[in-house]
Amino acid sequence: MIDLEARYQISPNVSLRPERFGALAYSFDTRKLSFLKHPDLVRVVESLKDHESVRLAFEAVGVDEARWPSFLNALATLETSEMIRAA
Amino acid sequence: MPPEQLVHKIPAQPAAATRPLVEEFKFGLDAPICLTWELTYACNLSCVHCLSSSGRRDPRELTTEECFRVIDELERLQVFYVNIGGGEPMLRADFFEILEYAAAHNVGVKFSTNGTFIDAAAARRLASMDYLDIQISIDGADAQVNDLVRGEGSFAAARAAMDHLAAADFGPFKISLVVTRHNVSQLDEFKEIADSYGAQLRVTRLRPSGRGVDSWAELHPTQAQQRELYYWLLDRPTVLTGDSFFHLSALGDALPGLNLCGAGRVVCLIDPVGDVYACPFVIHDEFLAGNIRNEGGFTKVWRESDLFLSLREPESEGACTSCGSYDACQGGCMASKFFVGLELTDPDPECVLGNAEPYLAALATAGTAVPSSTADHSRPGVPVPSPVTLRPTRRQRV
Ligand code: SF4
Ligand code: SF4
Repeated sequence: MIDLEARYQISPNVSLRPERFGALAYSFDTRKLSFLKHPDLVRVVESLKDHESVRLAFEAVGVDEARWPSFLNALATLETSEMIRAA
Repeated sequence: MPPEQLVHKIPAQPAAATRPLVEEFKFGLDAPICLTWELTYACNLSCVHCLSSSGRRDPRELTTEECFRVIDELERLQVFYVNIGGGEPMLRADFFEILEYAAAHNVGVKFSTNGTFIDAAAARRLASMDYLDIQISIDGADAQVNDLVRGEGSFAAARAAMDHLAAADFGPFKISLVVTRHNVSQLDEFKEIADSYGAQLRVTRLRPSGRGVDSWAELHPTQAQQRELYYWLLDRPTVLTGDSFFHLSALGDALPGLNLCGAGRVVCLIDPVGDVYACPFVIHDEFLAGNIRNEGGFTKVWRESDLFLSLREPESEGACTSCGSYDACQGGCMASKFFVGLELTDPDPECVLGNAEPYLAALATAGTAVPSSTADHSRPGVPVPSPVTLRPTRRQRV
């Protein structure tokens, strides 16, 4: 579960490769690959560390509130696969 | 590869902007998601189904320096990991140097080995390295079944390698098997072996590639066995499949993974002499896209070769595109079709709906020859192990 009010960051040793659909994410630690399926999600993930909360990151990237639930789901999946973590 | 181990699991994420990911992948990416890199055609074994017909080293194999340049290029392209294989990659004198160079350049390595050269010292060295995955191949859960396909003593050698890795605290390595008619009944036993080491089991599909062209007909699972395998895999989502059984998805629910042929779209093969093929299972001139030694290197081959561009075109119409299960099965595996002599628009030879039967029967009636190898590195005069039911192979007749 992602806490909308908490700060997150990309985990150490995770790299993102930009793609037209979004990005590939690879963790050199867990050796797992994930897909970020929207360019906005990539922008959110990249800006997590610069914002005190996920909410502020959403706002900075300009994610419409109606899309927050699906973005929170996506972030939760990324957290489970250790691509991002609480800062 | 299969999109070998492409994906652990595709996460549920916001609906894609324009089209689903699988559709995106069909049109190809600017760089492969991952690729297979065979370091040498030399091998101490002569498995009957070797996809690369390995045995002898090729005198043109890439030098250490050239291998480093390949890694540099993969780093630039952000290809995060490569599946290293062969032949037996550990036979290269610079094997560890290549692994160390890759790790230092952010290219993760998963390498496949028959295990023969993992002694206690090698296991300790491997355990000390970063970004490394090891996959040990066995094709039977006991020596009897395994050695028929991989050669006498090969089971014991693989088990010794597993013991050394465990003793060196390598962590969870992978045990990989190719499903055949003879070992499909041993799936639970394979799983027990993997569990006993805390290893992950990886189960992949037998294709009629390489020396497999001679043994496939007698080794590939029967239709009943394919169904058994499908349900076994559905019940065990943690068993890795390198995404290689998507043709089974025509039986019902899709198996986890991308479920698409990634050849030339999101994966490819670099062979020991630098030739780039669409995937490791199609080492044949028909699927040769270019060579990394030419100007522009790998990147140019990947982005501009006529072959790869054509593989990224929408599929041509055929029996599969009009089949109700096409969305699930995607027409199966290109390599399997090609090496049994089918057209690429025909059904997969192991089509679970039996739709390939008339096509295969027509080939048999016409006596059509299967495509012969254009890169055979089998050792002359070394008979490949032969399951009792197998007829002598072409190479033994030579
Ligand atoms: S040709 Fe077959 S083995 Fe190769 S990527 Fe396609 S489905 Fe996989
Ligand atoms: S006919 Fe083609 S698409 Fe349909 S199930 Fe068979 S192989 Fe798959």
